[in-house]
Amino acid sequence: MPSMIINGHEVEFTDEKNILDVCRKAGFDLPTLCYQDHLSPFGACRMCVVDAGKRGLLTSCSVPPENGLEIQTSTERTRRVRKMSLELMLAAHDRECLTCPKSGTCKLQDYAERFGVDSVRFISRNKDKKEIDDHNPSIVRDPNKCILCGNCVRVCFEHQGLHILDFSKRGSNVEVGPAFGKMLNDVECIFCGQCATVCPTGAITVRPEFENVFDALYSGDKKVIFQVAPAVRVGLGELFGMKPGRNVEGKIVSALRKMGAYKVFDTNFAADLTIMEEATEFLKRLDEGKNLPLFTSCCPSWIKTAEQSYPELLPNLSSCRSPQQMFGSVAKKYFTKEEGLKPEDVFVVSVMPCSAKKFEAQREEFTTDGVRDVDAVITTNELARMIRSFGLDFLELPDEDWDSPLGESTGAAVIFGATGGVAEAALRTAYKKMTGRELENQVWKPAAPGESVREAEVDIDGTVVRIATVNGLAAARRLIDEIRRGEKEFHLVEIMACPAGCVGGAGQRANDSLELRAQRAKGLSDIDSNKTVRQSHNNESVLELYKTYLSEPNSAEAHHSLHTGYSSRRRIEEDIELSEVAEPGICVEVCVGTNCFQKGAYDTMKKLNGVLRAEGLLDVVDIKATFCFEKCGQSPNIAVNGKVIGNATCDRIQEIFDSEISPLLKTGSLNK
Amino acid sequence: MIIATVEALADARKEAREKLKSRLRVLVCTGTGCVANGSLKVLERFKELMGNEAVSADSHDETGIRLAHTGCHGFCEHGPLVKIEGMNIIYMKVHPEDVDEIVDRTINNGEIIERLLYRDPSDNSLFKSEEEIPFYAKQKRTSLKNCGNINPDNIEEYIARDGYAALARALSEMTPDEIISEITSSGLRGRGGGGFPTGIKWGFVKKASGEKKYVIVNGDEGDPGAFMDRSLLEGDPNAVIEGMAIAAYAIGADEGYLYIRAEYPLAVERTRTAIGQALEYGLLGENILGTNFNFKVRIKEGAGAFVCGEETALIASIEGHRGMPKSKPPFPANEGLFGKPTLINNVETFGNVPSILRKGAEWFASMGTENSKGTKTFALTGQVNNTGLIEVPMGTTLREIIFEIGGGIRNNKKFKAVQIGGPSGGCLTEEHLDLPLDYESLKQVGAMIGSGGLVVMDEETCIVDMARFFMNFTQNESCGKCVLCREGTRRMLEILEKITSGLGTREDIDTLAELSVAVQDGSLCGLGKTAPNPVISSMKYFMEEYIEHVEEHKCRAGVCQAFKKFEVEPLECKGCGKCARICPAGAISGKPKEPYVIDQESCVRCGACVAGCPFQAIKEVS
Repeated sequence: MPSMIINGHEVEFTDEKNILDVCRKAGFDLPTLCYQDHLSPFGACRMCVVDAGKRGLLTSCSVPPENGLEIQTSTERTRRVRKMSLELMLAAHDRECLTCPKSGTCKLQDYAERFGVDSVRFISRNKDKKEIDDHNPSIVRDPNKCILCGNCVRVCFEHQGLHILDFSKRGSNVEVGPAFGKMLNDVECIFCGQCATVCPTGAITVRPEFENVFDALYSGDKKVIFQVAPAVRVGLGELFGMKPGRNVEGKIVSALRKMGAYKVFDTNFAADLTIMEEATEFLKRLDEGKNLPLFTSCCPSWIKTAEQSYPELLPNLSSCRSPQQMFGSVAKKYFTKEEGLKPEDVFVVSVMPCSAKKFEAQREEFTTDGVRDVDAVITTNELARMIRSFGLDFLELPDEDWDSPLGESTGAAVIFGATGGVAEAALRTAYKKMTGRELENQVWKPAAPGESVREAEVDIDGTVVRIATVNGLAAARRLIDEIRRGEKEFHLVEIMACPAGCVGGAGQRANDSLELRAQRAKGLSDIDSNKTVRQSHNNESVLELYKTYLSEPNSAEAHHSLHTGYSSRRRIEEDIELSEVAEPGICVEVCVGTNCFQKGAYDTMKKLNGVLRAEGLLDVVDIKATFCFEKCGQSPNIAVNGKVIGNATCDRIQEIFDSEISPLLKTGSLNK
Repeated sequence: MIIATVEALADARKEAREKLKSRLRVLVCTGTGCVANGSLKVLERFKELMGNEAVSADSHDETGIRLAHTGCHGFCEHGPLVKIEGMNIIYMKVHPEDVDEIVDRTINNGEIIERLLYRDPSDNSLFKSEEEIPFYAKQKRTSLKNCGNINPDNIEEYIARDGYAALARALSEMTPDEIISEITSSGLRGRGGGGFPTGIKWGFVKKASGEKKYVIVNGDEGDPGAFMDRSLLEGDPNAVIEGMAIAAYAIGADEGYLYIRAEYPLAVERTRTAIGQALEYGLLGENILGTNFNFKVRIKEGAGAFVCGEETALIASIEGHRGMPKSKPPFPANEGLFGKPTLINNVETFGNVPSILRKGAEWFASMGTENSKGTKTFALTGQVNNTGLIEVPMGTTLREIIFEIGGGIRNNKKFKAVQIGGPSGGCLTEEHLDLPLDYESLKQVGAMIGSGGLVVMDEETCIVDMARFFMNFTQNESCGKCVLCREGTRRMLEILEKITSGLGTREDIDTLAELSVAVQDGSLCGLGKTAPNPVISSMKYFMEEYIEHVEEHKCRAGVCQAFKKFEVEPLECKGCGKCARICPAGAISGKPKEPYVIDQESCVRCGACVAGCPFQAIKEVS
């Protein structure tokens, strides 16, 4: 077996992808700011350097282990580089640590302390504060705290297939942000918050809402009802030093009651309800052969992606609301009736592992008469802060049971929190509905760390159902492309945005490793295995709800209260067919850069195409879309055979055609 | 016309030579330097007078006189240059109004116009031919041999001068391994700065597994004052293309990119023309010279980032990403452009390849030193009498370059230092004048050849200010990826600015030294690792100047404004009050007809009063 010499010890290695992993395996930890095990190595923070003697300093995150390589993890050289890097980062950083949401969990703060950076010799560059972007429900971006490690840039691009954030400018003026300095709300951000999860400092954080919850609890004029998502119960313990993946639902119930909750319910109840609706919907589509594959609709980031990028797939999305929103609807509409309350008497709080749920809860679709179905969404991290600030000793809390009736749930519901769970749960119920028997084997085991796409075939009495489950929207995009190209065919596709599913959401403790996420997923899977009831259709409380209020899955009432519809968010609705002109006589370029686009370049192009079609010139005049003539002041711009014409708005196109294009046709001064 | 076989190439060469035969050839330099000095108008006038407007810049009359425009001769400061081949005359600083006289007297009557000859500034002696001029006498122009002597826009001229013979030899007589071993034994090393043995690099890429491979020419020459690559591409683009094609054949690539700065429009245009003509002649494209070797090339214009000269950043830029370097490994040889094995060499490296294959590895290895073979081009700038583009055998000393080729320091000032290798290089002093210029010797003294910039400084250059200048450059050009380069260079610049503005302390010098070491040791790519070199080397050789700045508040070169002090000589001041009126800071006051006084606190040391005083009564005191 190949080996390396680390600090004088021989360490064998097998398939470790970098020196860093080998060092950690050998018990020598190295600091990292820009390294994430599910992203490409970046090598920018210089913290993980190891001393390879004559070969110089190697960034252990990016260099693969080599047989016989001799390195030291801590020498005068490495210490000098680390300490200087930290001092330089601190000098350019907003050091108001005490009021920073990351105080105490910030890696930069930790390392500065660990390496003894006790003074900063350079003048602060943080006098002119950059604007903080907190104009959306989910994420707060504070560029003053950014150390430019690029984790957010890579996670957005590599994991989610988006490119919302990137570097701009040069030298020490470099910054990270959306294009053209826009706010996250104005770009195609899906609020998954993975950028916050990988941010080592307080530059990107999940927007907190727990003050609203305290306000509601203290005001006394509303009854505060909590729902807790499955992934929270296996994520909260870590924040109090417990083993990752440990189920702490009993302590959560107890803590929320102590803080004044009127009822503590389980989102899992709503997950079972979702399955009743979704499985029925799926079987109907399967029967009719329509709108297949069915895409799950529990993940708000995926929903926003579909609205933005795949509006043509919206009919394929399940019309079921997510469990969070089903819960909100049921709580306000039916539970209040049971209790003799009015919807406005209760305040529904979700505890979620997710930042996008905050966005989802604010969507118009989920408001009834101007009142939100879910009034506040807090994250696992926020719940931990509430518990600490309330003065509860979490470890000593007794285990308590969920309130009834919206606290009852099955094993099928709890696995919603990890990739593959929703599809698995849906299949259990679909199988029963189709065959009258319970599905005996699980479709799949918990995903391996980093596994993003899984496919399976389930034979239901001769009907083969093909399912796929994806985590990460980049992988989802690839899969959708394959489906659209006809290379793959599925009946059911489950999509979750975050690595490993909701257990890896942005509301959980900032994640360092795929392994940790896998342990949480394992925790959920264990809960499922230990449940006596593991199928949604066997949830007595859910069945009771149907009996009392909803009659049956997919009934009119159920549709009204538990389903919804989505609409396209595409900025451009219709495609313009531009014909290929083999030997163009005249070339008209239309700038579709940001400025021109916003001033109507798209309409200009449409109109131009129309005029040329009317004149029968589509095979002579070539229309091309192009980028920026650098004359944005007079946009929209077009260029006729290289001559730039400004203010080429839609209504001037005929005029421009007459004065600029048709003379060229007449004089015969065509290119050919 | 497609040249379909090796034999056909030989025929085409014969034909081209026949066609280009001439009694006299008037070569007008149209390199960027000469164009800026107005050489296109000179060319235009020649065309008018020589009576052939139909053929653009490439005409000849019955008497066997031809006119052609060429690339750079290197002696840009004296441009526009006009060379008359056949009479062995070179005229300097030719203006359009001189052209009539040249045609009349020189071309028609064989007379020499002395006024237009090169005149040595030291002894006023005149030189008729290029070879005699001291600037050229010590040079050995091999990679630049065609620059200034052929029309770069006409592939026939290149073919006539043995162009593509090396490619023909490679394709018809050599296996890829033989080519690589020939290049290896020639001792050619990367001309872009790193000095990595070229043949070995080719071998790595050949060995790398993968069907698809790429060749990239790195023409992102960004050092201030460097223009070697530009001149070669402007003057002899076919040599680079031929070198690339040979490399592609050797490593098994069928596609290549020429990455050229967009700020080099002429280089881009001429390279584009050359590619077009090579395609037309079948020297690029499919089944080159009747073999099954295919090679297509594209130009990618760089958008002006210095860091894109770093190979991984350059690759990112071609791929459409932001030009930011990546950690190596993986090296481009294994995982380069679009993840495929990629060979990247500098323009000049490729430019040397055809000659090596034509004349043999031994010929190339006979030039230069033990470990640095061949010749190297340098852009000689700064305070020397003759600035320009030069090519000398490796191992030539700085003394020879500065005092013989460069003609010594301007205005008989004293030599102080030379910055070699641009902002990534170091400065060398008097004691290094006899150092042979090669990769190893320079490395030993903390400098590098870099791409070949040589900036000569005289005693009136402040060394701290020089370091500040280069640090300002690298700081602006840092891509901002790794902390030490992004923030470290910024802080180094701040300290240098503090010192040159008179506010520095001894602690600042210590911090500067500490930063230099950390940035050099810990940065991600070559830009950061070499950015502190001007500071480190200048501190090594001129520490006393740094200390003078902070302790004695003195700049011995008189460059740093902050240390200047102006005073009115009371005896000479007539009290006219002009100085008070022109002072932009309102720092001068006084009563009419009485001596005026400068308030040192508010003085901004602009020197306007010194220049404006009609009685020379204001003096700079130290």
